[in-house]
Amino acid sequence: MTARTVRAANGIARATGAISLIAAIAAIEVLIRAAVINRFIVPLPSEIIAAIPRIVVEENVLHRFAQTAQEVLWASLLLAAVGIMLGALLYRFRLLRLACETWVAAFAAAPVVLMYPLFLVIFGRSATTIVMIGFAAGLAPVILKTSEGLAATRQVLIDVGRSLKLTPRQQFQKILLPAALPSIFVGLRLGLIFAMINIVGVEFLINFGGLGQLINELAERYDLPGTYGAICFVILTSVVFFYLTERLERWMTPRR
Amino acid sequence: MSPGETAASEARGAPLLEVERVSKRFATTDGAITAIHDISFGVAAGEFVSIIGPSGCGKSTLFNIIGGLVGDYDGRVAVAGETVAGTHPAIGMVFQEESTFPWRTVLDNVAFSLEIGGVSKAERQERAAHFVAMVGLSGFERRYPAELSGGMRQRVALARTLASEPRILLMDEPFAALDEQTRLLLGDRVLQIQQDLRQTMLLITHNLTEAVQLSDRVLVMSYRPGRLMRVVDIDLPHPRDSEVVSSDTFGHYVAEIWHDLRAEASRGIRDDESRVLEGRRA
Repeated sequence: MTARTVRAANGIARATGAISLIAAIAAIEVLIRAAVINRFIVPLPSEIIAAIPRIVVEENVLHRFAQTAQEVLWASLLLAAVGIMLGALLYRFRLLRLACETWVAAFAAAPVVLMYPLFLVIFGRSATTIVMIGFAAGLAPVILKTSEGLAATRQVLIDVGRSLKLTPRQQFQKILLPAALPSIFVGLRLGLIFAMINIVGVEFLINFGGLGQLINELAERYDLPGTYGAICFVILTSVVFFYLTERLERWMTPRR
Repeated sequence: MSPGETAASEARGAPLLEVERVSKRFATTDGAITAIHDISFGVAAGEFVSIIGPSGCGKSTLFNIIGGLVGDYDGRVAVAGETVAGTHPAIGMVFQEESTFPWRTVLDNVAFSLEIGGVSKAERQERAAHFVAMVGLSGFERRYPAELSGGMRQRVALARTLASEPRILLMDEPFAALDEQTRLLLGDRVLQIQQDLRQTMLLITHNLTEAVQLSDRVLVMSYRPGRLMRVVDIDLPHPRDSEVVSSDTFGHYVAEIWHDLRAEASRGIRDDESRVLEGRRA
């Protein structure tokens, strides 16, 4: 396949995605107008679009978006630093792995958000609480996928390192870590999903800062178009972080 | 060793690589298995030696012992008289399995050992480019392994090992996964490199043609436990290339080695079959 054909295929795929999204929104609009969907539960998409400029001006959305994005960024950095390190420890020490792997996997399914009162006691009603809950919620997949990726490194690559007398540190930096990167990025993306859900959820629950608080306030005012408009900004946060993670992954794991 | 072989050994001079009475046993659920037993041979500087044997004769175990990847064996491995324990910078290894780093370009793969050795970026790129050219991959320096064929990837692995400038190049069936024609042509390339660098090479293989095409000597191993059955000196002219396979002498050597191997290979097949049947009964 030539580069031109690939570009054309990618363009068609993107256009199909955009057309599908517009078609879905249009279908919802039609179904609501035809009274198939109750407009007191789901507002008209056209009303949501019209509400976006209003909430940007009146509700200071961009500042709230920046606040949520900052919390997600801190949680992501913590996930990458601590999660990858713990995953590496789990890989390195078999006893630790046998002792903890099941617990860590079980923790991935735990509804961490329900522990917010405990976090409030420890960190107070602050952005730190929100970041720490996001971090705790996203930690398990990063640990597990890091450990899994390191363990899946092909023995022959490790043997190449051994034959060249690499130190354990070089072996990790030059062979194990690069080999495990695709799996680590899967863990980071999963962790990011869990972190983001929990960050917005806790903002909503404790009514503190960010888009979650705005959604809470707008919902309590029964401003449904505004609420859904704010949810669009949460989706935008998710899209931005996914895009950045994808770019980072492409830069760090070229053409495998 | 026969008197003839002893005389030939003396003519080759003191061995650079010595393998003395090496045996290795593995513990399995069915009890201990002797993989190789009492293997001794030497490889002189600049010599190309192949070890050939049927599947399951312990060739790869011997490769790993000489390369220092497997310990806890009886006997001794020495390089230039110095006993080797573990991996040794004088021994470079090329593996049977595809072993290039998929996240590095061809040039960065080849420069890997130089990078580990702390060579400056400019110098290591220059030296790596030299070895890339040596294996015939000029123009592919910026490509990633995923963009190359299997034979090209094995050449990258070969260049990476050559770049570490080992005194002994140890290869474990590096072209086993390739088709016969590619294998013959890559054999030419290896021979050319060996003749240019006067590189000491030890090749582990199960391919008769490859062993005779490339080697000065072929060591024939028995089926499990692997023992050294016979040493065949290959008296074919140098410089040599894949044209040699059409000569009568070549065919004679292949037939001679196959004569020794046939009974052992049959024993291996029978052993495999009886193991499968026993497993089914159990």
